Amino acid sequence: MTSKHRSDETQPAESTSEVRAADVALDTAGGALAPAIVPVSSQSGDPGHEQDSVIRKIVMGNGFVSVLAVIVALILGGLLIASTDAAVAKTAGYFFARPGDFLSAAWSAMTKSYIALFQGSVFNPRQGLQPLLETMTVATPLICAGLGVALAFRAGLFNIGAQGQIIISATLGAYVGFAWHLPFGLHLLVVVIMGVLGGAAWGALVGVLKARTGAHEVIVTIMLNYVALFLLDFLLNTAAFRRAGDNSPISPRLDDSATYPILIPGSRLHLGFLVAVLLTYGVWWMLNRSTIGFEFRAVGANPIAARTAGVKVSRATILVMALAGALAAFGGVAQVAGTEKVLTGGIAAQIGFDAITVALLGRSTPWGTFFAGLLFGAFRAGAVQMQIQTGTPIDIVLVVQSLIVLFIAAPPLIRSIFRLEPKKKNKKTKAAPKAALAHASGGAK
Amino acid sequence: MSATSTASAPGATALPAFRPSMKVPLTLGVLAVIALVFFGLLGPGQTAEMKISDPGDAVAVPALLIPGQVGGIVLGILLLAMAAYSIYLWTRNTRSPRWLPIAFSVVFVFAVLLWIVAGARQPSISLAGLIAGSVTLAVPLVFGSLSGVLCERVGVVNIAIEGQLLGGAFTAALVATVTGSPYVGLLAAAGAGAAVSMVLAVFSIKYLVNQIIVGVVLNVLVSGLTGFLFGTVMAPNKDQFNTPGRLDILPIPLLSDIPIIGPILFKQSVAGYLMYVAVAVVWFGLFKTRWGLRVRAVGEHPQAADTMGINVNATRFWNVTLGGAIAGIGGAVFTLVTIDSFTKEISGGRGFIALAALIFGRWNPIGAFLASLLFGFAYNLQSILGIIGTPVPSQFMAMLPYLVTIFAVAGLVGRSRPPAASGIPYVKG
Repeated sequence: MTSKHRSDETQPAESTSEVRAADVALDTAGGALAPAIVPVSSQSGDPGHEQDSVIRKIVMGNGFVSVLAVIVALILGGLLIASTDAAVAKTAGYFFARPGDFLSAAWSAMTKSYIALFQGSVFNPRQGLQPLLETMTVATPLICAGLGVALAFRAGLFNIGAQGQIIISATLGAYVGFAWHLPFGLHLLVVVIMGVLGGAAWGALVGVLKARTGAHEVIVTIMLNYVALFLLDFLLNTAAFRRAGDNSPISPRLDDSATYPILIPGSRLHLGFLVAVLLTYGVWWMLNRSTIGFEFRAVGANPIAARTAGVKVSRATILVMALAGALAAFGGVAQVAGTEKVLTGGIAAQIGFDAITVALLGRSTPWGTFFAGLLFGAFRAGAVQMQIQTGTPIDIVLVVQSLIVLFIAAPPLIRSIFRLEPKKKNKKTKAAPKAALAHASGGAK
Repeated sequence: MSATSTASAPGATALPAFRPSMKVPLTLGVLAVIALVFFGLLGPGQTAEMKISDPGDAVAVPALLIPGQVGGIVLGILLLAMAAYSIYLWTRNTRSPRWLPIAFSVVFVFAVLLWIVAGARQPSISLAGLIAGSVTLAVPLVFGSLSGVLCERVGVVNIAIEGQLLGGAFTAALVATVTGSPYVGLLAAAGAGAAVSMVLAVFSIKYLVNQIIVGVVLNVLVSGLTGFLFGTVMAPNKDQFNTPGRLDILPIPLLSDIPIIGPILFKQSVAGYLMYVAVAVVWFGLFKTRWGLRVRAVGEHPQAADTMGINVNATRFWNVTLGGAIAGIGGAVFTLVTIDSFTKEISGGRGFIALAALIFGRWNPIGAFLASLLFGFAYNLQSILGIIGTPVPSQFMAMLPYLVTIFAVAGLVGRSRPPAASGIPYVKG
């Protein structure tokens, strides 16, 4: 609701800059940059313009398309479930004799899985709304990390490194949580601060490398994810991180004073969820109401123009990556201090990678990311139940998730599936490429 | 600081002002000093035994016995000499020759190996086994990084190498089991890799979706699809769908008996031989043929290429597809050579190491090949370290490829620059 309100306000200003970003992008795409003249440092910044306009396209795209994308992805996922179902395969054998059997078998295979998914994530008669609380718990780190990815997107940076940032923050937070014994209240605060500082430093490292040497953030973040993973693996094999007298790579339980309090008794929902809500509001405020947020968006829209206008681009890059790391770190803290309460090698699960899809589905707006995080949290929470009840592997969630993002990233594709666009316009886009680049904003009107 | 030093180099047109970057000499110098001090002067006192031939081999070669400390000092001095030569060249305003960093890193790796083995609980290692194992582990990396080279040279960033490897591995296992022939499986794997690549190509070229996003999402998609199909189809009916058998090892008589080199070059499966062929063909194709010139033109300056009448987007599409097919073959190695069945996430992040290898190899097929070998070596060493018991935790060996890559992209080790138009969609007009 709030996000809609926001986009109404800012729409005119942003759609004009959209056109400009597209123009700039065209100039670079046309190969105007001569390799010899452009210094190495700014070269990795140069593809930036192009990426920015694409990111903006994702940001500015039509909300309706998102809904359609989710529906199409769910249908495709359902077809996949049906196609591997034993009963469907059996009835397909006599399809021509009794096609009704086949169709009803396929329908029941699809619906059974999705009903189980719904019951595991929102509501079922046995537990009431208990599953919804579980969804919110699972969604908490997804929302935090998703915000980190989204914020970086808005500044034109690809933060693939949420996974590493989560791992580092979870490690630091957990260590403080079980090794130090501080008074109630203060302990949790120290856990959060240490974890967030760790994540921020891990993110800022990327920003510094990018700003100073021009190293592409995608490569650096991917590599740092693995470095963090092996670092955690190493630490869990040292005596300092293991339980006394136990050789398995699992940390002691965090002190009770170091964990988020449970919000609703009988569930796992903890204070971290409220923190995530606050963070969402905070990021929204920063991006839309503060100077620094404006600078970030300016850098994301057009780094060269931002530099001309007096924005310190390298400072903004480092700051954005540090903040993105800090946001992802809240997810890591939520994992160790809220959901799991111990540190294991799989503490980050797939959260950092899911966060990328969450941010993309949320079109990189804070509240969009929030609801996308809830949706993917529901998938994650419900999939466990689905696997138990119907035997459908959890991996179907990955398929649906990635299909959603693919469809959202390419609005023309989903529009052509639903014939949302008049044919004439399609021809026009082929003939006039500028229109193709400004497509998303044009289609939104 | 570092950015300005590199930036001034291309800008300087007058000859006397030209000064090559001093990063290479400097890095070599620092590394050589580190090697001399830590591996030599402070080196372990034990004597390391490096077996060159296995007991069963036709040609028996006595094992190398190298005292840890003395060996470390000798190698350290050798490294210092190379670094000094590089610095000397730098003072004469000459760039260090290409072979120098490569030779340096080979000697350096050997010094590290000596240091590790001589410091281990059980200071003995089979050199032949170590190298042969490294090559085996490197095969998928080489295919993956070649795929990356082809895609990036033509201007499409390929983050989806992981997905292509995984897709190839799954399809190879499935098709080889169903048809009963691993060779058909190998072909099918190429097809699967190409299919993944085609999605990348369509989305990034036709729909102008950001290539990094598509790559990341494709990895998730393939991981989900293969995981789902493994869970529903393969795992319950293992005999029917997941017993592909292996590609035969085809040793070449006589040549395969040469110590160390024999097993690497002449005792491979079809996929292993294909790897050498692929590296050579891609290198020759890219740098010596008209096709390669076009590919590189499209990747560096698409508008110029378009002006010359090259169909930029078609060139991109078919090259990305070809790259995917190559990565698919690499994926087949997991299920047809390394082990003989598919499991979930069998590629285990190797696609990203391949990406690292391609960057470390500076977007060059031969560089990518050598980098893949180095990373394969690191992988293999990591598992051997656990067996012989060393003071170095294996996790740090595992981190090495990733750290090296960060250094490489940050420009601390040489300068690796991607093709200029890599990652930028081409829109005519």
